[in-house]
Amino acid sequence: MPGFRLAFGVTLAYVSLIILLPMAALVARPGEQGLEGFVAAVLAPHTLAALRLSFVAAALTALANLVLGLAVAWTLTRYEFPFRRVADALVDLPFALPTAVAGIALASLYGPNGWIGGALQGVGLKVAYTPAGVFVALLAVGLPFVVRSVQPVLEDIDAAWEEAARTLGAAPLRIAWRIMLPALAPALLTGFAMAFARGAGEYGSVIFIAGNMPGVSEIAPLVIVTKLEQYDYAGAAAVGVAMLAVSLAVLVGVNALQVALSRRGER
Amino acid sequence: MDAVSRRGILAGAAVLSASGAMPSLALAAPTTSLLNASYDPTREFYRDFNTLFEVDFKRRTGRSVRINQSHDGSGKQARAVADGLEADVVTLALAYDIDEIAARGLIARDWQSRLPFNSAPYASTIVFLVRKGNPKAIHDWIDLVRRGVQVITPNPKTSGGARWSYLAALAYAMRHNGGDETRALGFVRGIYRNAPVLDTGSRGATTTFVQRGLGDVLVGWENEALLAMDEYGPGKLEIIRPSLSMLAEPLVAVVDKVVDKRRSRTLAEAYLRFLYTDQAQDLAARRHYRPRSDAVVARYAAKFPRMDMVTIATFGGWQKAQARNFAEGGAFDKIYQPS
Repeated sequence: MPGFRLAFGVTLAYVSLIILLPMAALVARPGEQGLEGFVAAVLAPHTLAALRLSFVAAALTALANLVLGLAVAWTLTRYEFPFRRVADALVDLPFALPTAVAGIALASLYGPNGWIGGALQGVGLKVAYTPAGVFVALLAVGLPFVVRSVQPVLEDIDAAWEEAARTLGAAPLRIAWRIMLPALAPALLTGFAMAFARGAGEYGSVIFIAGNMPGVSEIAPLVIVTKLEQYDYAGAAAVGVAMLAVSLAVLVGVNALQVALSRRGER
Repeated sequence: MDAVSRRGILAGAAVLSASGAMPSLALAAPTTSLLNASYDPTREFYRDFNTLFEVDFKRRTGRSVRINQSHDGSGKQARAVADGLEADVVTLALAYDIDEIAARGLIARDWQSRLPFNSAPYASTIVFLVRKGNPKAIHDWIDLVRRGVQVITPNPKTSGGARWSYLAALAYAMRHNGGDETRALGFVRGIYRNAPVLDTGSRGATTTFVQRGLGDVLVGWENEALLAMDEYGPGKLEIIRPSLSMLAEPLVAVVDKVVDKRRSRTLAEAYLRFLYTDQAQDLAARRHYRPRSDAVVARYAAKFPRMDMVTIATFGGWQKAQARNFAEGGAFDKIYQPS
């Protein structure tokens, strides 16, 4: 194909410069303090608690967004209603908004004297400044990833498939399970993986609403920032590498699942 | 490789080298500008101070100079300068941050003895901000460990101001426990047990207390408390001064490596010395920093009442205080370890 060399050269140089080299520098950094220092940095109780909170919150909110995001994408593609295009554009807002702004907006809304926070406090629920705040922030930043990966696939699914299934006597649930889900599964997995990866690394929106108590509501990226503030570059890189490893494992797992699903689809 | 891509690479190389050449072009011309890397809350003070200095310098030498400023968290600015931000002077919150730049060889080790008042041309202290009428009757540090009192203060690991607050509480507890550090740390632990949130910076904590209405008392910079009084008025808030506090000294230094390279030492030193003139001291006082010059101190005696204050020397200097309290596994980490 013409232009292959140029395109490949640009790709290689670009990916190396902005992804591979910084990653290599990150992975090399904890080596400065040896394996012992690396283990000590990652296994400190409050660091472990922060890693657990970041990844569990990211996984659970990505799952929730899988269901809710599918519902949103479905509504946007299958129904015609006033201001549909406006609603469609609103979904992208978390992409465009500086995350700190989103965090401050959420904190003022869910804080003790905010509209929602005040009402929730009336029934004894606290969201802002508790671990629940982390979940609220991650739900907001993760939603567009699922919607935007599922939506184009939903638009492309031929309505004739559904009609054929219906005329052959399939119940709606069976159509959803046997016709729609297999077609949507790869896109759903992509959306999940992106929402998860983004959620695990999210900093700006979370710190304004989480409360940031060590061991309770402190997220892993904040541990990294804290270590940098102490000039502990190696320790910060160690936690970064640990996050990288977990995220990479999850992304590889999701990829493997996608491959398995598409193989099953071919048979 | 075909001709097109080779030409592209050459063009790219030309752009890169052109941008790399710019600093050396600036070197050839006589120095007409300075970059001051400072921390967040000094933004308004230095904006006014720079104008004052530019006018004064023009009047005295006939030369026009331009002072640029850059603001961020104190630690972030120190890292930026250490990593190559070409700031001629740094004006940061903690000696610890400037020491870190000095450790990289960019500033002479004896930097703190080069200017009066240990290179701290203005100061501040730690005070309490409470809601109007002081409904929880908070008057001193001892009231912060009471059951049912919520204390708002940022995380000392990420906020310079919070480090001063932590140390002020510790100094008070040491004095009232006959210098027993274990018992004093137990007291400080009691204060943090009453903190429902740990913001990452001073301004964030002020927002949490004033805007979100969380907590009964905000522990932090006097200059931030005075600013909040300006913004929200005495109808909502009150300042309480505890019986003992820290004399917090934000510091200034010329970055030797940068001024030698840019040949801006004379200008940079004149800039920092100008901070000690009565004109600049008066401006600092108006911007809520405690002045050092006797004449100006007397003029603002009502705004800055005399307080019993100890300095960082009580804790053996920043390096020691940092290692003991805020380093990984230090006294602050132990507060949050389940016991």
